[in-house]
Amino acid sequence: MYQYDQYDQTLVNERVAQFRDQVQRYLAGELTDDEFRPLRLMNGLYLQRHAPMLRIAIPYGLLSTRQLRTLAYIARRYDRGYGHFTTRQNIQYNWPKLEETPDILAELAQVEMHAIQTSGNCIRNVTADHLSGVAPDEREDPRIYCEIIRQWSTFHPEFSYLPRKFKIAVTGAAHDRAAAQVHDIGLNLLHNAEGEIGFRVLVGGGLGRTPIIGQVIREFLPQRDLLSYLEAILRVYNQYGRRDNIYKARIKILVKALGTAHFREQVETEWGYIKDSGLTLDTAEVERVRRYFTPPPYEPDAAGDPGFEPWQQDDPAFAAWVRHNVADHKVAGYRNVFVALKTPGVAPGDLTADQMDAVADLADRYSFGQIRVTHHQNLLLPDVRQADLYPLWNALAAQKLATPVIGTLADMICCPGLDFCSLASASSLAIAHQINEKFDRLDDLYDLGELRLNLSGCMNACGHHHVGHIGILGVDKKGEEWYQISLGGSSENDVTLGDILGPSVPKAEVANTLERVLHVYVEQRQDGERFLDTFRRIGLDPFRARAYIAKPEAIVPRKPRATQQPAVEAA
Amino acid sequence: MARIIKNRQIIEDHWQTTADDVELPTGSVLISWARWNRERAALLARDEPLGVQLPNTTNIADLTADLPHWQVVALEFPKFADGRAYSQARLLRERYGYQGEIRAVGDVLRDQLAFMARSGFDAFAVRADRSLEDALAAFSEFSESYQPAADQPLPLYRRGR
Repeated sequence: MYQYDQYDQTLVNERVAQFRDQVQRYLAGELTDDEFRPLRLMNGLYLQRHAPMLRIAIPYGLLSTRQLRTLAYIARRYDRGYGHFTTRQNIQYNWPKLEETPDILAELAQVEMHAIQTSGNCIRNVTADHLSGVAPDEREDPRIYCEIIRQWSTFHPEFSYLPRKFKIAVTGAAHDRAAAQVHDIGLNLLHNAEGEIGFRVLVGGGLGRTPIIGQVIREFLPQRDLLSYLEAILRVYNQYGRRDNIYKARIKILVKALGTAHFREQVETEWGYIKDSGLTLDTAEVERVRRYFTPPPYEPDAAGDPGFEPWQQDDPAFAAWVRHNVADHKVAGYRNVFVALKTPGVAPGDLTADQMDAVADLADRYSFGQIRVTHHQNLLLPDVRQADLYPLWNALAAQKLATPVIGTLADMICCPGLDFCSLASASSLAIAHQINEKFDRLDDLYDLGELRLNLSGCMNACGHHHVGHIGILGVDKKGEEWYQISLGGSSENDVTLGDILGPSVPKAEVANTLERVLHVYVEQRQDGERFLDTFRRIGLDPFRARAYIAKPEAIVPRKPRATQQPAVEAA
Repeated sequence: MARIIKNRQIIEDHWQTTADDVELPTGSVLISWARWNRERAALLARDEPLGVQLPNTTNIADLTADLPHWQVVALEFPKFADGRAYSQARLLRERYGYQGEIRAVGDVLRDQLAFMARSGFDAFAVRADRSLEDALAAFSEFSESYQPAADQPLPLYRRGR
């Protein structure tokens, strides 16, 4: 993975000193709340319901064991012994003290980490496919370009006070595992007819209260033009994005208002001026960064291991785990292992400090000292020999990190909700718990097959509910929590936004409603169809007809009320 | 006379500002964009140093004929979080080669000065209730930068990294 040189390290150290000074000035009353807000947000610090929340960047989801151990140390020393991994591959601490946050950043700087631009109206942490560099279907490795984009976007002088936050995702495989089509900019690495590396560029995707799928504005952007083209897009956005209404300030609204063709024209005109400038990416720099991502020393005979098959035959629990929590690897004899942060009764994405240390030990032993964070709020150990899977499984199970449910209903994406977030209208974690209790048998989960259930506690959609095969959105109705269910979303290649099932349901009825919806699926599915396939074939009506106990009209349909508070600090 | 930061030093500001409907004094004046458009010919005949304050919605590409007549371009930050003027400053410097003073006016605060300087601003009318001496610290908080901007045409990796 990328290693800081003296320049990277100096910049991060200087940032710590700058932030320490800003916190001191705030505490001394020299900065008002309003003045301090964007400064702290650009260092990932929110002032939340119970305490500050600190979001730390995990650039494109890559962690070394040294870094993970530092995160464990921070969880113990400065927080309550755990951390929460997010859909943008970052980690959040929910209980730090404001005065101590500069010390936390100083600890992070020692292991080449920071909280720079993890919030605020700036270019956020760039995300990528969690299988970057190890996926069998990969064309090019996104990590190299993510690092190049990270450096270009860090402390960008022109784009640190944008109309709104700005999220970029990069994928390099046939399959989109990074939800690139619902990002402000999605970049898909590909080759042209001459075999040159470039990007398909999508702009204006996003979730939140106005979910929109990104539009392609360039089918092939040569590698050399990556940064100049990004700069052109951002410059158009910075000048013309709306600043009068926070809910209409994302680039998706600008693209929609101008129309994709007109927006593209503006970008191309701007790009024409800067395409041959200092922004032009030279091959030497790409190769310099690429050297940090060379494959680890794989054993050539790893596939020859005789134990893996018999273990699966002898131990059905191990076999189930392999079937669900282990993904194919591009190198024969190696596998990618999901560390499931979906233990029933624990908030999805949460990990204790002891578990972090344990995972770090296992990564050192079995995965060349590297860990990934996935946007589905799990961890991943890439590069595990198949011969090591059995002992690894045992070790993960001892840490309660081997729940064999990846890709099933229990592998939920879930935002922190009312329990932590000051924007939330509903307690998404309680709903996750309710669903876990209802669907607590593995056989049932397996029978329901591949299913993406995404839960958001408010319209800001941190839980990506619009693109869940089943999405659940918490809404506040006169102080009561209600839940709106949508069906048929997807964030992958076949991206779609879910359709709303019908009137929202009271809190106590969420899992029951879900059960009735899934009954319809089980009855109607044809050979091998996933829930999403059946939904696409038969449509919403059969589900709607059976989802409600009484007729839908009996539950008074009300338009969800807009959250009172502006979503200034929405993730 | 008000003080401002110019080229990283605190100086007395000799530029005078007046309301649009008041007759201009002699000497250097900083006028509004509206007044420039209304009185362009008279202002050009005046033969005294002239600066113009532009709204942050002004398209810099439309100004190429005007720029040679202005010693100062003042760009507005109606709120410090409104970052449109950063783009205007970069375009003035990098695309249109403007060599005069680019002054930040409005909600100009210490913690944005470094970004402004990188974007091409060289003068800062720091908000009156804040210390200019404190604000000077902003320029030395970072010793390097990754990306090209108005102060540096090359990215870090092409500068002997």
